[in-house]
Parts: sequence; C-alpha cells; structure tokens
Amino acid sequence: MLEVLNLAVSYGSIKALHGITLQVPEKAIVTLIGANGAGKSTTLRAISGLVKSSHGSVKYDGQEINGMPAHKIVARGLCHVPEGRMVFANLTVEENLRMGAYLRRDAAGIREDLDYCFHVFPRLRERLSQLAGTLSGGEQQMLAIGRAVMSKPRCLMLDEPSLGIAPILVRNIFKQIVAINQERGITVLLVEQNANLALKISSFGYVLETGRVILENTAEALRDDPQVQAAYLGH
Amino acid sequence: MKTGLDPIYKAIASVRLPGAKRWLLVGIALALVASYFSGQFNRYYLGVWMDCGINIILAVSLNLINGHTGQFSLGHAGFMSVGGYTAAKLSLVYSPSVPPEWHPVLLCAGLLLGGLASAVAGFLVGVPSLRLRGDYLAIVTLGFGEIIRVIFQNTEAVGAASGLSGIPKYTTLGWTFGVAAITIYVVAALVNSTYGRGFLAVSDDEVAASSMGINPTRYKVTAFVLGAFFAGIAGALYAHHKQTLTPTQFDFMKSIDIVVMVILGGMGRTGGVILAAIILTWMPEMLRGFADYRMIMYALLIIALMMLRPQGLFALNFKRKGGGAA
Repeated sequence: MLEVLNLAVSYGSIKALHGITLQVPEKAIVTLIGANGAGKSTTLRAISGLVKSSHGSVKYDGQEINGMPAHKIVARGLCHVPEGRMVFANLTVEENLRMGAYLRRDAAGIREDLDYCFHVFPRLRERLSQLAGTLSGGEQQMLAIGRAVMSKPRCLMLDEPSLGIAPILVRNIFKQIVAINQERGITVLLVEQNANLALKISSFGYVLETGRVILENTAEALRDDPQVQAAYLGH
Repeated sequence: MKTGLDPIYKAIASVRLPGAKRWLLVGIALALVASYFSGQFNRYYLGVWMDCGINIILAVSLNLINGHTGQFSLGHAGFMSVGGYTAAKLSLVYSPSVPPEWHPVLLCAGLLLGGLASAVAGFLVGVPSLRLRGDYLAIVTLGFGEIIRVIFQNTEAVGAASGLSGIPKYTTLGWTFGVAAITIYVVAALVNSTYGRGFLAVSDDEVAASSMGINPTRYKVTAFVLGAFFAGIAGALYAHHKQTLTPTQFDFMKSIDIVVMVILGGMGRTGGVILAAIILTWMPEMLRGFADYRMIMYALLIIALMMLRPQGLFALNFKRKGGGAA
C-alpha cells in the first residue's frame, strides 16, 4: 500500500536520511524502531509531506505522492499523527475531533466515526467539552489518534504514541491501535522507541540507525534477534 | 397567559434565537436609533463615538489576523490608509457632480472600493510574506505599512505630504456602528463555522492543522485579505469623518494603537476586543485634563493594565470559558 524507495532528507548540510527503502502492506501494522536521531520521525514527516525530501520516491496506492503538499496527501487517506501529540489546545475535545473530519462532507459517516472514537476511547466522551490543552498527556494522545481516525484514513502513521505517557495508559493505547487496525482495516505505520511493545503488536519491523535501515524482518524474528535484543529490547 | 402582548414576545424570542445574527440585528438597530437622535448630541462626544466605531472595526478585523489566526501583523494602519485614500479620492472627484440625495450611495461605493483596494493590498503582502512567522512577519508587515505611507507622501495625485482635505462629511454614527456590527458579525460567524475552525487550528498548531488536511497558507491569506478589507472600509469611514487625510495619520503608531486594543481585549476574544477599542478611544479623551502629561498617563495606564491582566482585560468571549492560558 505504501512503498518508500531510497528516500533521502537533508536539514541544511546535515543528512538526516540516507535513502530509506521500506514497504507497508495493506492492513498490516509495521514498526520503525531505532534510537534517538535515527531518522524515524523524519521518515514519517517526509512521507506525509511535512518536510521536503532531497530525492527518492514515495508511492501510495501505486501513485507517487512525494513532493505533494501535506494537506493534499491527507486528502488521499494517509494521515499522520505527529510526535508530541499536537492537539489544538484552544479547541475543545469535540472540536478537535470534528477538525479531524475537516475534509469530509458526509454528516452521517462523521457521526458514526465520532461514536466509534468514543467506543475506542471512552475517556474522550467524558471530556467532550473540555479544552484539549487541559487534558493529561495520555488523553491528548488518545485525542490525537481519535482525531486522525475521524479523517477516515486508510493508512495511519503514528509517531511515538507512548512518549511521556503513564505505562498503564500506554498499554491501553496500544491495545486500541490494534483494535483500530483490525476493526477498521486501517493500515498502521508505527514509529516507537518502546521497541518491546511495538514489536508485539506489529507484523513487520525495520530498524533504523543514523538515517539508514540496518535491519528488516518480521516482528517475531526481530524480537529473537540477539542484536536487536541487546540494543533495543534491554535483554 | 394569553395577552395582547404575545406577538411582541414572540418577535423578541425569534430575535433572540439565532446567535450571532441577533447581535448583528441589535447592533444595526442601535446604530440607526443612535444615528436618528445624533443631532441632539454634543458634537464633541459624537465625534469620539464615531472614532470608537471606526476603532472597533479596525480592532475586530485585526483580531481575525492576530488573534484568531495567530499571525502578527503590524501593518493595519497601512491597509486602513489604502481604503481611506481610495474612498476620499472617489468622493472628492465625484461629489460635486452627484446630487446630494445620492451621497450615501457615493459613500457606499467608496467603502466598497476602499475595502477592495485594501484587500488587494492585503493579498499582495500576504502571499509572499506568510511563509514567515512571528517576529519576522511583524517586521515585514511593519515595513509594508511604512512603504504605503511613503508612497502616499510622495504622490502628487493624493496631495503628497499635505494630504487630502475638504473631503465631504458623509460618515455618521449610523454608518460607523452599522459597519462595525457587520464586521463583528462576519468575523464571529466565520470563526464559529466549521470552515472557520481552521483559523483557530492554524493558530494553535500549523503542523497538526496541515496533517488534518488544512491548508495553512490559504487560511493565513484569507485572514489577511479579509482583515485588510475591513481595515480599508474603516479607513474610508475615517476619511469621511475627519475630512482631511495626511500620511502621518497612518504611521507606525496607528498600527500599534490597534495592536494594543487587540492585546488588551485578549487575543481572539471578540467581546473583549470591542470593549478595549471603546476604552482605548475614550481614555486619551478623558485624560485631556492632564494636559501635557496626557500621553504619559495613557502609556502608564496601558503598562499597568498589561501587568495586571496579561491575558487581556476581558475574558468575555461568549463561548470559550476557562481558556485563559495561551
């Protein structure tokens, strides 16, 4: 569904990505793991058009989307939940969710997806008219994912959903990511530092180091790989 | 409870129902009533109230740019002058040949043309400079305001440094507050619409907004064009109120005055911005008793207000409560 070929990004004279190649099959959960600064977030940002790539190609549904502005890529059903949650702090929870449906015109479908968001994250319903800036970190992450679901994506890119969140909430959020993937058939490309958890829910994984893919395999094989265990799983 | 007054209650109830539209109707009605009795007002007070109406238009339209959309424009006086000069020139050229009963139409044409000219200027400034953020955008808009002023100062057709004088006095209390009511209505209705939530989203977080399919550049340009349009109309009303225009009236300090109204009213809070515009118009007038120290008092009061209420004086936005932060 998503094919990235030789994608390179530079920030000024610093090369952040030296040609990344990866594939995300339809309805799968694929994980990018790696240390800080390995280029995980940059990969997502380049795919979703938030940063310009210097060369390479990104094919979504067989069509080239590299170089398109971010808001046009969203319109094709590829939605990015940026790192650090980035909810609209001065809008209420409900307005945030409705903002997610910004490009949609089907009132009934929006209503239905809103209910689905509340089914997945009941906490959001309780906080409906609260300003998003006053939510806890975990709740903001739920809101950011819910808002992305409201855009009716076919592929969801999540950047560090566990960042700075209480462990008990992290487990719940990951459970719901799996639920969204299975119940809605939404493909997920997940970037995560918590490699343990990420590899548990995904089927395939890529390991990034200093802007390159150094390892790729099924999630199961990566979990058993001694190199990965030593570096990322803390065994 | 059947009484003869029922239809009146119903009429009142129906006026109460549709949110922002009610305020528009009430505003225009008040403006017309006030205008009808304006002959009995003290001319000085009347003049200051007209200043108030014009400042409300300026502050509310700047609030769309600086408050709701989160950009920082320091060029509002520039946009105002484009509208003012356009309308003034139109009136000076055509008023002798137009019969008096058509003068309101001439003013109307001046307002529209002034607004449009200013909107075009807003577009021309907006498109190239909106890639910039924060302080950088402020500097660019400041530069633009100064360029406009210098252009007027050196154009013989608009009187160069001595400006335009003898502009017919068409502006009335009804016009200023009527237009102010329309401005408030348009901005409030826009920001509270589904489309308009995009302005708030862009101001909250541009990256998140574009990852929701919002085109931030388009929103910023829209805010600039619309803000400039109303600033131009305010300038046109101003020209037909003061009857003379000189480039120095639209210097950097005029832009700052409007920015202060927006900040003092609370960024993005329409109710607060309106009250701040009224208070900041009246304050220097009330301080006339202090003669030479007047502007020092004015500055001190603003400093005191900002220290006591940095989030803006009036958290009066009808909808949003408890959003004092940010």
